[in-house]
Amino acid sequence: MNIIELNNVGVTYPNGQVALEGVNATLRTGTICGLVGVNGAGKSTLFKAIMGFVKPTVGKVSIAGQEVRQALKKNLVSYVPQTEEVDWNFPVLVEDVVMMGRYGHMGFMRRPARADHQAVDNALERVDMGAYKKRQIGELSGGQRKRVFVARALAQGGQIILLDEPFTGVDIKTEESLVALFRSLAREDRLILVSTHNLGSVPNFCDDVMLINQSLLAHGPVETTFTQSNLAKAFGGILRHHQLVGADLHDDEDRRSVTVLTDDERPLVLYGEEGGQKITKHGTEE
Amino acid sequence: MELALEPFAYNYMVKAIWVSALVGGVCAFLSAYLMLKGWSLMGDALAHSIVPGVVLSYALALPFAIGAFFAGMLAALSMAIVKQRTRLREDAVIGLIFTAFFAAGLLMVSINPTAVSIQAIIFGNILAISDQDINQVVIISVVCLIVLCVKWKDLMAVFFDENHARSIGLRVTALKVLFFTLLSAACVAALQTVGAILVIAMVVTPGATAYLLTDKFDRLIVIAVLLGSVTSGVGAYASFFLDANPGGLIVTLQTLIFLSVFLFAPKYGFFKRRAAANG
Repeated sequence: MNIIELNNVGVTYPNGQVALEGVNATLRTGTICGLVGVNGAGKSTLFKAIMGFVKPTVGKVSIAGQEVRQALKKNLVSYVPQTEEVDWNFPVLVEDVVMMGRYGHMGFMRRPARADHQAVDNALERVDMGAYKKRQIGELSGGQRKRVFVARALAQGGQIILLDEPFTGVDIKTEESLVALFRSLAREDRLILVSTHNLGSVPNFCDDVMLINQSLLAHGPVETTFTQSNLAKAFGGILRHHQLVGADLHDDEDRRSVTVLTDDERPLVLYGEEGGQKITKHGTEE
Repeated sequence: MELALEPFAYNYMVKAIWVSALVGGVCAFLSAYLMLKGWSLMGDALAHSIVPGVVLSYALALPFAIGAFFAGMLAALSMAIVKQRTRLREDAVIGLIFTAFFAAGLLMVSINPTAVSIQAIIFGNILAISDQDINQVVIISVVCLIVLCVKWKDLMAVFFDENHARSIGLRVTALKVLFFTLLSAACVAALQTVGAILVIAMVVTPGATAYLLTDKFDRLIVIAVLLGSVTSGVGAYASFFLDANPGGLIVTLQTLIFLSVFLFAPKYGFFKRRAAANG
């Protein structure tokens, strides 16, 4: 189902800086969509436009056929912050954080009803954090911290979950279990929109990818869109880039080559002819 | 026993005790939020900035809350403008503006000493407070308390995660403005009880103490409010026997409690942590 429509969206900040221009895209539920670009490419601006924090100077964002404001009121959009954005010393327990996801469903005194407690418990079970209900959030490990905020998004009940750099500061094993969780959430007819500059995780994680650098450079399924030529457009010369061509690898007539693209995180490995259009393998940090 | 009850025989003591306890509770409620955001010094800045407004109100025989309100707004506005128009850091801007306002206030009282004494402004005068002023303090405190009791969860959501608060449809900017309005109002009230210099303790210490005692925000508020009102009430009461300045007593009491909690708190106390570190 189409859920987010971006219609010629452009954002210019009051100081004249153009953050986004001419973005046209339609995002579907049931998918994980990666939003990829360098720092300052407009990823967070696009997030803010979808969450209604900035109003597009031109164009329009609509969510499930409605204005962003209305969609927010219906709790359609939930947001999972970056780990660094959260004050982990804040005196709240895991269950309190998840309960905050329910505030939009409560009356003005924010008194939780039985249904709210139920939703919190279900969400925590869903992310395997039921046993940690009464822990202060700072006592959790990196992956558990992420799960708590995913549970908050689930308790909120929206169909769109925005994840901001979900894998910074988590180890590879945790990353894999989080990916499995996100995949199963997407399968339940949600749209998971992930902003990341961690290229290596995109192919085995996302269904679709949007490459942006102020404007939308490419958008489509990972297999056909996440190619070296598109990435070169999105990242210019700032990535470390190693290409191992056939002659380096073996002596036969195989003309395929291995391309490794990396910034500082998990490397992206492309393998195939002409620098690799087809992604056959992803890298690990080992 | 008779001696212990003696303060209650005096009308002004009874008033001082319960008004102090009320103001102490409100300030403590706000302290639960303030210390979490690194905004503690805002309380200090506000308390000093409202002084010229208070002085002017007394000179013009207006309710002091009105003058305090306008001075506070003016100070906040000047801070915003100076911050926007220069490259100065926030702490420098706050330091610059609040001392400027405080100095203006002191200058005004010293030139026109009839209206209100410097003593009363700097050290508070809860034992000698007029009924009219008590009414203002009580109204301010009760209104603050009611608003806080209704909005404490929304404020918590905003303080914890602004983006999330916005995404569930809370009006973040309005809630922040509300918080600072409550804070300035509470500072005005506390100015009357402990004086401009010690207001900062009232809006920081109880929250900081409670923070070491619990991991749950609602419990933190309850502990802070209890600490704030009990220390304030007891401080005012004890000042009768010690013939001491109530503000000084209240804050000393709060600090003593903080110290013992800092040392002996069950989870975050100094000794507990040291024991945990030594395995």
